Amino acid sequence: MTKSVSKSIKTPKEVEREFDILRVLLGMTIALCIAFLIILLISKDPLGALKSFVIGPLSTLRRMGNVVEAMTPLLFTGVAVCFIFSANQTNMAVEGGFLLGALGATIGATVFHLPPVIHPLVCLLLGGLFGAFACYVPALLYVKFNSKPVVSSLMMNYICMYIALGIINHVIRDPGAGFPASYTFDETAQLARVLKGTHVHAGIFVGLVVVLVGYLYLYRSRKGYEIRMVGKNVNFAAYSGMPVNKVLMNSQLIGGFLAGMGGAVEVLGMYTRFQYQGLTGHGFDGILVGIIAGYNPAIVPLAALFLGYIRVGADVMSRMNDIPIELVSIIQSIIIVLVVAERFLYKQKHRKLVEVAHKELAREEVAANE
Amino acid sequence: MNNNILSAIFSAEFAYSVIRVTTPLLFCALAALVCNRGGVLNIAFEGCMLTAAFCGVVGSAYSQNLFVGLLAGLAGGIGIMMLMGYFNLILNANVVLTGIALNTFASGGTVFALYILCNDKGLSTSLQSLAFPNVNIPLIQDVPVLGKILSGHNVLTYVSVLCVFLVYLLIFKTPLGLRIRAVGENPSAASSVGINVTRTKFTTLFIGGLIASLGGVYMSMGYLTWFGRDMVAGRGFIGIAAQNLGNAAPMATFIAALFFGFANALSNVLQTQNIPSEAVQAIPYVATLIGLVAYSSSTRKKKTGIKQLKRRVPDGL
Amino acid sequence: MDTVVLSMENITKVYSNGFVANKNVNFSVNEGEIHALVGENGAGKSTLMKVLFGVEKPDEGHILLHGKEIHIDNPIVAIKSGIGMVHQHFMLVPSLTVAENMVLGMEPKKKGLFSMEQAVKITEEAATKFHFQVDATARIEDLSVGKKQKIEILKALVRGARILILDEPTAVLTPQETKELFVELKNLRDEGLTVIFISHKLNEVTELCDRITVMRAGRTIGVQEVRNVSESDISRKMIGRDVQLNIQKSRAKPGDIVLNVKNVTKYSRTSAKKALDGISLRVRRGEILGIAGVEGNGQTELSESITGMDKEFEGSIQIGGMDVKNHSIRQAREHGLAHISEDRITYGIVGDGSIEENIISDRYYKPDFQKGPLLDLRKIDKLADELIGRFDIKCDGRDQPIKMLSGGNMQKVVVAREFTSGSSLIVANQPTRGIDVGASEFIRNKLVELRDQGAGVLLISADLNEVMELSDSLIVMSDGKIAAYFEDAAAVSTDELGEYMLGIRTMTPDKIRRVADND
Repeated sequence: MTKSVSKSIKTPKEVEREFDILRVLLGMTIALCIAFLIILLISKDPLGALKSFVIGPLSTLRRMGNVVEAMTPLLFTGVAVCFIFSANQTNMAVEGGFLLGALGATIGATVFHLPPVIHPLVCLLLGGLFGAFACYVPALLYVKFNSKPVVSSLMMNYICMYIALGIINHVIRDPGAGFPASYTFDETAQLARVLKGTHVHAGIFVGLVVVLVGYLYLYRSRKGYEIRMVGKNVNFAAYSGMPVNKVLMNSQLIGGFLAGMGGAVEVLGMYTRFQYQGLTGHGFDGILVGIIAGYNPAIVPLAALFLGYIRVGADVMSRMNDIPIELVSIIQSIIIVLVVAERFLYKQKHRKLVEVAHKELAREEVAANE
Repeated sequence: MNNNILSAIFSAEFAYSVIRVTTPLLFCALAALVCNRGGVLNIAFEGCMLTAAFCGVVGSAYSQNLFVGLLAGLAGGIGIMMLMGYFNLILNANVVLTGIALNTFASGGTVFALYILCNDKGLSTSLQSLAFPNVNIPLIQDVPVLGKILSGHNVLTYVSVLCVFLVYLLIFKTPLGLRIRAVGENPSAASSVGINVTRTKFTTLFIGGLIASLGGVYMSMGYLTWFGRDMVAGRGFIGIAAQNLGNAAPMATFIAALFFGFANALSNVLQTQNIPSEAVQAIPYVATLIGLVAYSSSTRKKKTGIKQLKRRVPDGL
Repeated sequence: MDTVVLSMENITKVYSNGFVANKNVNFSVNEGEIHALVGENGAGKSTLMKVLFGVEKPDEGHILLHGKEIHIDNPIVAIKSGIGMVHQHFMLVPSLTVAENMVLGMEPKKKGLFSMEQAVKITEEAATKFHFQVDATARIEDLSVGKKQKIEILKALVRGARILILDEPTAVLTPQETKELFVELKNLRDEGLTVIFISHKLNEVTELCDRITVMRAGRTIGVQEVRNVSESDISRKMIGRDVQLNIQKSRAKPGDIVLNVKNVTKYSRTSAKKALDGISLRVRRGEILGIAGVEGNGQTELSESITGMDKEFEGSIQIGGMDVKNHSIRQAREHGLAHISEDRITYGIVGDGSIEENIISDRYYKPDFQKGPLLDLRKIDKLADELIGRFDIKCDGRDQPIKMLSGGNMQKVVVAREFTSGSSLIVANQPTRGIDVGASEFIRNKLVELRDQGAGVLLISADLNEVMELSDSLIVMSDGKIAAYFEDAAAVSTDELGEYMLGIRTMTPDKIRRVADND
């Protein structure tokens, strides 16, 4: 008897989880509504613009491919952010790490000449190491000098940018390119296209492997457990005997490595030479992806797909209509603040929890009377 | 070549340019100082300055009135800071992530609006915006060397130096400043004597937003005479580092800002030399990184064991 | 002369978790007296004073000031009504000067600017009037704790306080500073002010106070003139009781030494005092050594030093022969340490984590729980379920966030972890504080069970009933020192214990030294 009753009542645990998800979904919905509103107010052809935005990405195979291409690097930076932010470190050098990773891969793909398969692997490894370096510096400054990672990682991003551009422009620049770019990559290093008629490349599979391994590491291994506990309560972690500083370094090195790998995959899959002129924004996009995913790698593909989709939608819209693609930044920022605002939906959640507590009490009384 | 560099650095023109590039850093550093004192330090200054730079250009272009342009710029920048306050103080959102969001918003939003207004995503040159004039200072302009260095700057540059003094007055010599410091250091002590902590924090953000916005307005209506995409380029972060290095004291912060300004001007000068420009352009950021380390290690007390962890605030800046 | 200035009538306060902190409490003070309010930790003194100062709202009862009923909804109203409070944690802004702190919230102005001159003047006038010696232009952060306390008192006086509440003011003071404070308080009394003095040190109470109110278990036990009552009378009233022995335990069979603390001294972080002053003791397998004492007498520092949480101390501490100072917490745990921290929320648990994540935090890395490169979740789930059953943790399941549990169930999770790690030394600091009777009983029985299985237990508790019920031998700590050692805890009376706890008596060093004898 009691069992059937308890089934109909939600436990507080379920209510909490429900509201966490609701907050994310509602945040995304509100952001999209505001975007629609802006389109309606500004566009001369609002319905056409909305149509391009919403179903544009599905209209052709090439555009569907674009969505996958856009989400591919976000899988890497998203999982990277999961690692770093799970340890409660706001190290934003994933942005610089991504670019350095692209640089590392470029060096690997132009300087070394290796057989296929091995060549891209070496490039990914190089890219990862370069990316790890970007996140390593702020992490080290924190652990050794207690210097908070926020400002230092932002500075590191600019430094990474100048390192990458400097090396491209002065060391491996192709004078014949006509614009600042590296020599072309060896064909052995480039990632294979996997879908005819699109630019979708093998990087998507590497990304999905990263998601899987990242999830297993963070949620199923002892090292991942350490990272999450240190992030949730560093005092508890130390009290339990965990090597806190090591864990902090570890999480950020992995995060940097993954971001760098993302950069490597992106250049090797999408381009034939390094031709970035500045930071790419993939790292900050990764932060949004991480936040939407609740720092859980398993949900990163969905979040990356969402961002990739609205990005391509906005791109289609900006080309067909009069709305610039920067609309995406506005959507992104609204989602971030609504998802991280603890007190957003707080009242509703509290009411629900109180209700559950009352029901629980009533049930216990009934049980006691029986 | 070395002689070239040295003579370029030890010239009145160079000193003049140091002051010129220091101005936005100084505004931002002073804003960060006020916010730090009041316990509301955040990283949205970047977005605040960018918004102010944009709104100033648009306001002055459409009104053809410099003052209206200034007001529009200030309103835009302060608006960003008020959003910061709303999300952080009322909705309890993480201060760093909110900062990222607001910076993203400002960065995308300004370009979005720029495109709507002038069909260009890079520059606002099609708008007939106004700029603040340069002024010569009587007497000083006639002093050899010194005149060349100190006179003939933009009005806002002089305002920024004046702000050092004003911020000093505000923080250390007014009742409001006293309350700002009390709220920043020990909120429960402040509220125990009847001070409204949240309201004081909003006031602090307002003042910080005002000062940082002046820096933003200077960027597009003084330093340059147009708005360019992402033109603040990290100055909002360097400003925070400058007040860190200056230990949130106005004079020391001024000197720290000058130091970063020097690094900035140096990179401008060296770019004309035969040195990889990227290495040179990175100087201000590397200098900031070194500054952060210098500051942290000077304030770090030697502690062992778990107590050390307690004092670390992972969410801090 | 004896005019009642303030009276609190029939105050009842029930906290939201159902704990009744005050039951029909009547409390009144006269004009121009120093009135002591004494009672054990948790007797309800703080709650009563919070009600008076407007921090907590009473559920029943009313407060009369000069015979008229007033409603004190918040501290601001209390201050306006002439009630000032000096908290144990000072409400001062460290980087500001004395004068600035003094006038905060009511700043004097001159031409729109803050007038430091006038602030200094206000401060100095008040200081002269009340016979305080303060340097108005000094920064708070440069002052000693004693000075800071004076500033706090003066701050209340400047705001027009006629009734001053001092919450354990001498706990952080050196003897010299205490003496000065008493002179000043007596001056204030002579000025006609009323002082409510909360303390655990009865010698201070008898030296300073005129009347005394004793509280126990949320009620007032009585009001008396201090000169008509002896210290041991008060002690008996506060503490004396029939200890209920609900725990059945056999005689201890002590074995090898598992904890050896030698001459440990530690300086306090916040004041000039020594938090620990030459502490030596040892714990053997199969015995429970209890540490009784009023909170804040060095117990926290001692347990943090032993468990490796704080390594800044002089002297040596060995767990099973391993020196704690140059080993990590993990090494100490692997060497047989288990630790129940007094600060459950900060150290004991990770609130956002699940019950399971909380249970495995000390053993997740062991080969037993690995399956290839991953954690063996099946085994961990099994362990969590087993412990939830064995320790009777009431929850929705092992993956429920621990912060949703009641305090008692949270502590059971902590205990489920610490009591099953196969440890040889258990440091249990306030293991049952703030949790329900059932859970407390359960945890106490477990402690005895572990002792019988051969673990050494160091039990630190402010709950006298608990230490007396569980301990085989007993230490009393007072002022960072060991004030007494009883080899046989069963042979001690609460009266005797109370006198040592409250600083009325101290044993000779010879007798105390026996606790560290290694034979």
